[in-house]
Formats: sequence, C-alpha cells, structure tokens
Amino acid sequence: MRPLKYNQAISEATVQCMQADPNIFVAGIGIKDAGGMFGTTEEANELFPDRVFDIPNCENAFAGITIGAAAMGKRPLVVHPRNDFMFLATDQLLNLAAKWKYMYQNGTSVPVVTRASVGRGFGQGATHSQSLHALFGHFPGIYVATPCFPSDMKGLLASALTGDVPVVFIENRAVYNLEDDVPEELYTIPFGKGRIVREGTDVTIVGASLMAYEAMRAAEILATEHGISAEVIDPRSIRPLDEEIILNSIAKTGHLVVADTSWATYGFAAEVAAVAAEKGFSSLRAPVRRVTLPDSPAPVSKPLEDAFHPSPKSIAEACLEVLRSDVQVASHARDVQEAFAGPY
Amino acid sequence: MTGKDATTLLREMIRIRTAEETVARLYPEQEMRTPTHFSIGQEAVSVGVCQALEITDVAYSGHRCHGEYLAKGGSLLGMFAELYGRVDGCCKGRGGSVHLNAPEVGLVASSAILGETIATAVGSAWAFKMDGVSRIAVTFFGDGVTEEGIMHESLNFASVLHLPVIFVCGNNGLSTNTPLSVRQPRGHEIWKWAAGYGIASALVDGNDVFSVYEGAQKAVEHVRAGKGPYFLEATYFRARVHVGFETDEMKKFAFRSKADVEAGLALDPIARATRKLVADGVCTEADVNDWTATYLRELDDVVAAAKASPYPSTDDLLVGTY
Repeated sequence: MRPLKYNQAISEATVQCMQADPNIFVAGIGIKDAGGMFGTTEEANELFPDRVFDIPNCENAFAGITIGAAAMGKRPLVVHPRNDFMFLATDQLLNLAAKWKYMYQNGTSVPVVTRASVGRGFGQGATHSQSLHALFGHFPGIYVATPCFPSDMKGLLASALTGDVPVVFIENRAVYNLEDDVPEELYTIPFGKGRIVREGTDVTIVGASLMAYEAMRAAEILATEHGISAEVIDPRSIRPLDEEIILNSIAKTGHLVVADTSWATYGFAAEVAAVAAEKGFSSLRAPVRRVTLPDSPAPVSKPLEDAFHPSPKSIAEACLEVLRSDVQVASHARDVQEAFAGPY
Repeated sequence: MTGKDATTLLREMIRIRTAEETVARLYPEQEMRTPTHFSIGQEAVSVGVCQALEITDVAYSGHRCHGEYLAKGGSLLGMFAELYGRVDGCCKGRGGSVHLNAPEVGLVASSAILGETIATAVGSAWAFKMDGVSRIAVTFFGDGVTEEGIMHESLNFASVLHLPVIFVCGNNGLSTNTPLSVRQPRGHEIWKWAAGYGIASALVDGNDVFSVYEGAQKAVEHVRAGKGPYFLEATYFRARVHVGFETDEMKKFAFRSKADVEAGLALDPIARATRKLVADGVCTEADVNDWTATYLRELDDVVAAAKASPYPSTDDLLVGTY
C-alpha cells in the first residue's frame, strides 16, 4: 500500500489489466495528447503504443465500433474527455450494448468499458459540467460506477476490464487529485457493493462520486461544530446499487441525506430516497433530504458557479435540517476546485 | 462466372423465398407476434454476397434481416421458433424478427435501429486487423441508412484505419414508404459517396444474383488483399410493404404507381436466374420445381417443430440480465 492519486490509480489499473490481457485496448479522441487524459492513459501509451488509439471524431459510430470489436473478443476501454459527448454514443450504448446479452440470447456479451470525465470549476459551463450517471443508470444491461476514491476506482476498473458487462465510469474532474492508500497488486472490487467511508450514528449521508468526499468534509463540520455523528456511504456503483448498505445504515441512524453531482428530478438521489421509502420506511425518523444541483444548466461566472454546486456546507445544513436543528453552519469549507487554474 | 456453382446461387434464393412465403402464409394466424420486414425480392443481394464469403467471415444486418440470416447459414428452426416467440428461437423469444443472429455461422447480429450495425461491422473488422487475421466483416443495410450520420462516420473511420470491411447497400429506393427523391440530392448515386472517403466502390444490379456474386467476389478479393474497405450498392425491388406480409395492392398503398410495381415485380431475381440457367442448359424447370417442393416439405417440418417448441417460462423473464 502507498498513497496514489485517483488518476494514478486509473493509470495503474489500466496498465496492469493490459499486461494481463492482450485483448484490452484503449481509445479516445485526443487520447495520445500530452497529459494523457488527465494522466490516466500516459503510461499505457508509453508501454503499449500500438494498443492506445487516437481516433477520428465519431462518438456515435465509435461506440458501435467498440461493440463490434468486443463481439470479436476484444476488450475496449473508451475514454471521453467530457461525458457530455456521450449523448452522441447513447444509441449504441443503450440500444445495443445494454440489450445485447438479453436480446440476442446466444451466450455472447459485449463488455465495452467507457470512462468519461465531468468538468467542474474554471467556468466549464453548461455542456462540460453535467454528470450523466443517472441517465445511464436508468437502463438495465449496463453497469454505472462513480467511485470517489482511488483505491475503489482501481478495483472497480479492474472488475470492469475482466467482467462480461458493459460498464460506464463517470469521473468528476475534481476527484482526480484525491488520494488514498492503494494496493500495488491488481485486485478487483465487485459492482453493487458500497463502502462506509466514515462511520457515524446520527445521520446517514449517501454521496455519489465527488459528493462522497464532500459528505466526508460535511461530516467533519458536523462533528466539530455541532457534535453530530454522520455516517458517510460511497455507493461506488450506482447500478447495481448496494441497497443493503444504505438500509442498514438508516436502521442505525434513522436519518438520510443524499448528495449528488447532478439534478434531483428522476436522479440518483431520487432513487436512493425511493429505496429508503420502499424498504426502510420504518427506519426513518424524518423525511429524506436531497442535496443536488439547482434546476439550471451549469453557469460560467465564478460567483454563480460557486453557488451552483453542492458543498460541504449545504450538505451539513441538510443534515441539521433532517435532525430538526435550527443551528446555522458557520464553517466555510474551501471549494474543492478552488486551486484549479484551468483551462480544462 | 467462376467460383460457386450457379445452381447453388439459385437454390439458396429459392430456399429463402420459400421460407419467407411460408412466413407470409402463416403470418395472418396471429401466432407470429413480431413486426416482420420481408426479404422477398431481396434474395439476390443476400445470397450473392454471402456466397462470396467464408464461414469465418462475419456479417451484420438490419431490420430486414431474414435473407441475410439464412444466406449466411442461420438455421430455419432458429428463425421460425423466434418468430413464434419460442425457446428454440435464435434469441429464445427475446429478440424477434429484427434481431436474428447466428454467431456460429458468422451472422453476428441484426438491429432495428438504422446504421447501428454498420459501425459494429467496422469494429469487428478493426479487431481482425489488430489480430492480423484475414477475416472480413460485412454489413448489410438499406438506402435509408445512408442518410444517417453514423454511416458517414463509419466510412471515414474504416478508410482512415484501412479496415477489412465490405459495406453492402441494398437499395430498394424506399425508406418505409418515402422515396429517394425526397431524401437525397437529385441525380445522386449512393455508391459514389464512398469515393469521397477514398473507398473503392461499385454498383451492381441487385435483381441479378450473378452480378451481385461477381461484384461481391471483387469486393472480397480487394478487401482480403489488404486494400482497405469496399462499398457495394445493389439495387433491387422490394416486393412487399415495409413491414408486414402484404403487397402494396392488398394494403391499397399508392406511393408506388401500379406500373412501377408491375415493372419491379417483373425483375424478380429468382425468375430471372431460372430463365438464365434453363436457357444456358444448366438446369431445367423441373429441377427448379423439385428444389422448391423439397424446401417446402422441409419447411413443413420446421414450422411443426417451431410450433411444438415451448414458450419461455415466465420464471426466465430476467435470464440474460445482469
């Protein structure tokens, strides 16, 4: 074990999986550019230049191209520098890859793995700062993972590259710099298993992607300023969703706040709230609260952008609200992307 | 013509035609509950191309996939049981008419969404190139697909990466019922689009199985020799309505004139191949009748077996999900 950043963990998982399986290749638009997709593909390109492909601009066709390659036994790892471009790939991923195993029933599957980043900070704006995890999570036949921490990402990416399921990873731009202890050897983490990243007794906070980290910072505020003990859960994959870990936690705390990097309506937070209402109703001692984006596209101007994203403060305030406390949160945690000097 | 025996091409077309006419005859029983796009009239395109391929080559098709499924070697029972929604269907009753597949003979997948399987064929060809094998991927699609962006993205990608893929456009001039005249530039020819992407291309008469076969042989030779992708357009006449067993007349459709329909039906690829082979002394009318009768007898057994196949258990509703 040694500390690794999130992007380094991705790079290490990619390289170790490529060493183990010659059928894995990595492809994406501009993937061979200096910087290597936020440092996630540089080493793969150095070690396996013939298996890392820069490609023409064709998100729609390319999703299908990778499906056709997977049908012949290849294991494509597709990288989108921004997940917003995946709208163009949705037909192939959702109409074909996600339905393949069920619709064709011939024992084959097309385990196409897609990684896509979500912008945040430096005015990334409306079409570079939205997170499509709930959109992909709606459809059976595809796994969607949004792990927040490097050690989880390494194990889940290795699972994806050795499994038989199409997987989409949605990576918030702000998690690339997060660091934790990552085992050096290759290991897998199963989809559908969440992780308690901080134990607590008063309120459960479930956070998708970056919001697991923001929830930990909120828990710190609650502990130091209010003596409240919050339990933080990173579901790691949102489809399949580990319902048990959430239900067990609310059985203990009786209170649930869900924080998400996307909008509330029909979203991840709505799904977790529905699970709690359907299967954990008797555990809840107060209504569930969702901390999500306001109903607007992402703005550019800094004061607007700062107000747009959920923060440790807004998550902590939601926790106090479900605990029926009228105490104000005094702490002003620094914005997670404060140090990001842009441009991309 | 060199290569396959000419009668093989004719017999393969008759095998497909008898199967499709059997489907058409039984369709009104309301037991095949799946929207079906008949391949009647299209047989020469499917057979001419598939006979030029090896079993290790792969093919993809679209919504009008019965002809290609059978021409590539897919089983009749797999098709009929699928149309009846039974467990012996090639998709075990989960796919239906538009998703026929037979990966054991290289018919990897069919899809109802326009252009999806153009990209997948390019991807399979890319896999063959990565592995350094001499296999070829073929994709069958209609003229309607050529307006989709994905076809243009796929042609560009295949050309840039110099991939072993053959694009086969079966052009019947109609997208559902909308003619080319309101969909594509006046005077435009589809096969010439390929040249813009640096892809070798040709136009053949898709009502003439021998022309299609020779065109496909050239395409296969080109691609197998490592000269990059090939685009083959084959024009043919769609004998039935877009979806369903009926003729235009039965549905009282008037989007094609009566004269055009009569002229189109006169181009029938099976009648045409029969006339040629009989005139050339390769076979007789009696041979053709014998083959037809043999296929129809075989189809009686297939239909009986398909109808005897059980429906999937509702306990298995989720089999194939993750």
